[in-house]
Amino acid sequence: MALSRFEINRRTVLLTSAAIAANVLNPMRAFAQETPRKGGVFNVHYGAEQRQLNPSLQASTGVYIIGGKIQEPLVDLDAAGNPVGVLAESWESTPDGKTITFKLRKGVVWHDGKPFTSEDVAFTALNMWKKILNYGSTLQLFLTAVDTPDPQTAIFRYERPMPLNLLLRALPDLGYISPKHIYETGDIRQNPVNLAPIGTGPFKFNKYERGQYIIADRNDNYWRPNAPYLDRIVWRVITDRAAAAAQLEAGSLHLSPFSGLTISDMARLGKDKRFIVSTKGNEGNARTNTIEFNFRRKELSDIRVRRAIAHAINVPFFIENFLGDFAKLGTGPIPSTSTDFYPGPNTPQYAYDKKKAIALLDEAGLKPAAGGNRLSLRLLPAPWGEDISLWATFIQQSLGEVGIQVEVVRNDGGGFLKQVYDEHAFDLATGWHQYRNDPAVSTTVWYRSGQPKGAPWTNQWGWEDATIDKIIDDAATEVDPVKRKALYADFVTRANTELPIWMPIEQLFVTVISAKARNHSNTPRWASSTWHDLWLAE
Amino acid sequence: MRILSLAGRRLAASIPTLLLILIGIFLLLQFAPGDTVDAMMAQMGGGDAATARELRKFYGLDLSIPLQLGNYLWRLVRFDLGFSSIYGKPVATVILERLPPTLLLMTASLSFAFFAGLVLGVIAARGVNKWPDTLISTLGLIFYATPSFWFGLMAIVVFSVYLQWLPAGGFEDIGAAATGLARTLDIASHLVLPTLTLGLIFLAIYLRIMRASMLEVLNLDFVRTARAKGLDETRIVVRHVLRNALLPMVTLIGLQAGTMLGGSVVVESVFSLPGLGRLAYESVVQRDLNTLLGIVFVSALLVIAVNFLVDLLYARLDPRITAGT
Repeated sequence: MALSRFEINRRTVLLTSAAIAANVLNPMRAFAQETPRKGGVFNVHYGAEQRQLNPSLQASTGVYIIGGKIQEPLVDLDAAGNPVGVLAESWESTPDGKTITFKLRKGVVWHDGKPFTSEDVAFTALNMWKKILNYGSTLQLFLTAVDTPDPQTAIFRYERPMPLNLLLRALPDLGYISPKHIYETGDIRQNPVNLAPIGTGPFKFNKYERGQYIIADRNDNYWRPNAPYLDRIVWRVITDRAAAAAQLEAGSLHLSPFSGLTISDMARLGKDKRFIVSTKGNEGNARTNTIEFNFRRKELSDIRVRRAIAHAINVPFFIENFLGDFAKLGTGPIPSTSTDFYPGPNTPQYAYDKKKAIALLDEAGLKPAAGGNRLSLRLLPAPWGEDISLWATFIQQSLGEVGIQVEVVRNDGGGFLKQVYDEHAFDLATGWHQYRNDPAVSTTVWYRSGQPKGAPWTNQWGWEDATIDKIIDDAATEVDPVKRKALYADFVTRANTELPIWMPIEQLFVTVISAKARNHSNTPRWASSTWHDLWLAE
Repeated sequence: MRILSLAGRRLAASIPTLLLILIGIFLLLQFAPGDTVDAMMAQMGGGDAATARELRKFYGLDLSIPLQLGNYLWRLVRFDLGFSSIYGKPVATVILERLPPTLLLMTASLSFAFFAGLVLGVIAARGVNKWPDTLISTLGLIFYATPSFWFGLMAIVVFSVYLQWLPAGGFEDIGAAATGLARTLDIASHLVLPTLTLGLIFLAIYLRIMRASMLEVLNLDFVRTARAKGLDETRIVVRHVLRNALLPMVTLIGLQAGTMLGGSVVVESVFSLPGLGRLAYESVVQRDLNTLLGIVFVSALLVIAVNFLVDLLYARLDPRITAGT
């Protein structure tokens, strides 16, 4: 069992996170005796078509679920959540953190037969990660050059120290390599290969019928011996969630990743022996539900009002009755699945306490007017998921009970981002904060001041805090992992004290998969990974 | 020749309407908060300001709105529908790819609704206020009142999940690269459930109209004359009543061709069909202006064409109406 290799602290954390998974019998244990079967077609639910499939140009689950089988990153995470080499074999950093050297795998070839070399790495890093890739452009902001002394060595040079452990946490998502010989001429964004990717992965792109399906076939020249097992993967475009559930039951789908079904269908299929419904294999894709406060509203800039709002909402009740086994109580911006940075639950928390909420509101001078109304607020929920919509209604009703009248204003995706992060036309907003394995990649931008207006998922609250800015800046360039972890604990404490955003619910994506699948959900970002060892039993 | 000139005049008369619709939609979408880059950011799940700025430039969104509109109209004059930002292809290509499933679905369900409605309407009218009439009218009411997505899902649950007779979704089988007759049959089997789902609602309307218009015509003098001549009932219905009762039905086809294009969004989503309805929905959510305007343009052309055919049919059914006037 892979679990026995963990150190004790990591083990406890992972076991707790496994406890939220519903109906899981560990697939590895149950089928350890079976010999893998070669062949078979694996059908995957694909909910929202993207504008491209190349993961070195767009970091999102909708791209990884396809591009992540065709192209490969330098490193990925292993079962224990530690970085493991894919296209890179080893890495080392100089003590000052300004030079990081990757030794690359030998004998890897692109799907078109050309050899994979350090030239590809240098080209991708400088022209894609640094210039185009979302999150990548922030991560690689201080990357100045990538030297390629020989085809198997890529030396990353940074202007400011880059903590090796930050880079290794980020690269599984932001470290996919594209072929230089395909992209070096013409506009990268308009390259037709973006929708017909060429990579080094276990599956070769075959066909994309827009609105219908995408097919990738087995790569016979894959560098891992005896891999992959599957002959073909078909991603079927199904936009209607209920229809996708029906297709799973009809047997025309094997997998619906990333919480692609309705909450009620996931709960229902979880009781069905033909399926496994679990959060396992999604530990690397944790997200928290937020309440974002607009400090331009005078009342909300008062910390007592923000705390009162937090105290007025019964989060455990909401989780138990609306989200069920797929969510748990959150404790701040760094989720408990983040083994390297989770500071524990002992940062400032806001338990449900209606009396305290009312007292705080009174103290802040918000007395009830005739009819009991103290304050009227506009709440903008993001349209990403059913849970956000339920959560918004729950906030509305909970706050109503302490005399805060909430108007819920619903928008589609583009509208939500524009109104909240550009026009600041909200009092409260709620959506997901998606954690990407290192706070510097995904999280600190929600708190650091000086974010340009209009940048989605950043500090647009009209809130500025010199203390937290300093912690964030120090942590971003701190090369000592122990000191970095301590800085992020300070960060969480400060964030939870000042409460510009409240993150009281923690969720992992839910995978619904056929019980015939083997070797699935075995890494923290399994749905995004290469699936080189996935196979289908008869 | 007469028909051609009529067609030409029809088309010319609809050009101003078409232009107004296009400009209207363009402006309407400007009022919707967010642009295609915001929508793309939403889909990516994150990005930074520099990325957004680059993308806006890439999609030509850094220009002023009148300039964008002007560019669009100028391209339209040259029969260029522009470039789709979500598909990275010319809009004309994208729409052409999506047109066949929609046309197939629309034709199939319109024909189904029309003929089933006709037959049921006649049966109901023949047995007016007796049990066949009551049964058919009640069924019609149920079909009309039930939302189509529910019908679709229930049809999938019954025929695909439990009985496993028909595929649960998609336009054709992916694995088998069938050709010729096999492919036609394959596509047909995929379209049975969507056609029924989309057709049932319209069926209800057709059967009500048919029933009412049959009842009306049955009471006219010439029917009494026919009866007096001693013709048998079947002959009266088929030769004398039906043709006269058909006019309102034909009118309805013209009116509903447009509605069907819209109604197919739901059915296309439930059955994962790659049609125009879903494309339109997607381009609204993704704020892909060019594609949306292109779809409006093509749909308007389709509706104009259907209505033109309906006019020709009128003349055929009722010689008093001639193509010239």
